[in-house]
Amino acid sequence: MGENGAGKTTLAKQLNGLLRPTLGRVTVDGDDTTKKSVAQLSRKVGIVFQNPDHLLFSETVRDEVGFALKNFGFELGVIVKQVERTLEALDLAHYADTSPFLLSGGERKRVALAAVLAWEPDYLILDEPTIGQDYQQKERLRNFILQLNSQGKAVVMVTHDVEFVAECNPKVVLMSKGRIVAQGQADEILSDDGLIEKASLVKPQMAKLFSQLGGFGFPRDVVDVHRAKMLLEEKLSEVKVRVAQGS
Amino acid sequence: MSLRVLNGFKFSSLKTRVHRLDPRAKFLLVIGIIVPSLLFTNIYLLAGLLLVQVPLLLIGRVTRRWVQSLRGGVFLSALIFVVNFFTGPLVNAVALTLRFLLLMTTFSFFFMTTSPDDLGLAIDKVGFIRWLSRRWLGYPNALSFTFTTAVRLVPTMAVDAQTVVDAQRSRGLELDKGNILKRVRNYIPILIPLLLIAIRRSLELAEALEARGFPGKEGRTSLFELRFKPVDYAMLAISLAGIVLSFWVFFHYKVPTI
Repeated sequence: MGENGAGKTTLAKQLNGLLRPTLGRVTVDGDDTTKKSVAQLSRKVGIVFQNPDHLLFSETVRDEVGFALKNFGFELGVIVKQVERTLEALDLAHYADTSPFLLSGGERKRVALAAVLAWEPDYLILDEPTIGQDYQQKERLRNFILQLNSQGKAVVMVTHDVEFVAECNPKVVLMSKGRIVAQGQADEILSDDGLIEKASLVKPQMAKLFSQLGGFGFPRDVVDVHRAKMLLEEKLSEVKVRVAQGS
Repeated sequence: MSLRVLNGFKFSSLKTRVHRLDPRAKFLLVIGIIVPSLLFTNIYLLAGLLLVQVPLLLIGRVTRRWVQSLRGGVFLSALIFVVNFFTGPLVNAVALTLRFLLLMTTFSFFFMTTSPDDLGLAIDKVGFIRWLSRRWLGYPNALSFTFTTAVRLVPTMAVDAQTVVDAQRSRGLELDKGNILKRVRNYIPILIPLLLIAIRRSLELAEALEARGFPGKEGRTSLFELRFKPVDYAMLAISLAGIVLSFWVFFHYKVPTI
């Protein structure tokens, strides 16, 4: 996370060799990125670009999703199977024979995601995946990311969407002016006034609420609804007990 | 990366002496270089015209990007060289390749050091264009605006092109892989998104313009006014002299290739 121009996308592009370090070293699973081609690195590190219009070109959604698999030299049988599976997973199966250009913005974004997921990269990088998505789609995306995590895949997300991040509570790397300024769990970072200001973000609503409730003995690093609910319930039941005791 | 060639046509927002030249004078300089380079195939002349621009590129601080764009144009220059080598004498092939590099340099120089806004102002000053635009499109500045927009879209499209290339390379597309035919086909996944982005953008642009009251009335004012400085007059004189001289020589003498 970080302000516009902080270097988030630049950093992401280092990971599959689209950009190479001018100074220092970037390694992916121990391999120096300067020694591998973009295609080789992409096989491991899949980047989903922010704007689906930058990559959609095929006649059908099915071809679009299969494009990368062909480039990577998968066998035809595997391609067909992987494409069907990915379309199914992203709820796009009924669009398999539709032109990607006829789909809505949100659906196109999902096709773009499918086009990368199809080859099952070990690391998935999503550049601003929540932009232009309605709440339900975001919710689905979140579940999908968690599912990938449970399969042992790392998901890196470039985003400004503090609420989305707050609900997942992942590790956050905060960038500003080309440098990493902080890293840690989302609840630490997103409840820190100084860091939030520095990266021109806004606190998640829960963090705002709880920083103002500090006087009641609540912790300040609450960012997600779930934890907020538990803390409030605890406090309320305490109050209830005290009222019942008449104190 | 051969699309880096487009980098050489992107305006670089600097404030050097070359950037501050009046766009009209600079454009005439471009014509002053292009006319002789199209009229003659003399290798010394072409090389000279190429070298003359190096100090300008240096003052404009765009040499690095110029070299980049030349490197991107290597494939096309090689193609021009090979085709001409097999259809004519060697000197001719050298001259035509040199001419290509020269034209590329000249346009690259112009677009790298002239802001699209200045260019629009300059075109708007030309009475003939205003007259033509009024006759044709009903508004005196519609035509100059059309041109500015087209020019303005070159750098934007260069940025888009880079993103599209990045996106497709991330999907395992290898542009410089395979034989010539395959290489050409490799560009389909680049060109289709680019084309669609361009169409979509132009539709949005039209709506945005209408929403802001375009084309407005006659006698629209502008925030910045262009003014000729002594150095602009000098450049104007040199360019005009060059053009006239080129035509005069062209019609009176036969200039050999070498």
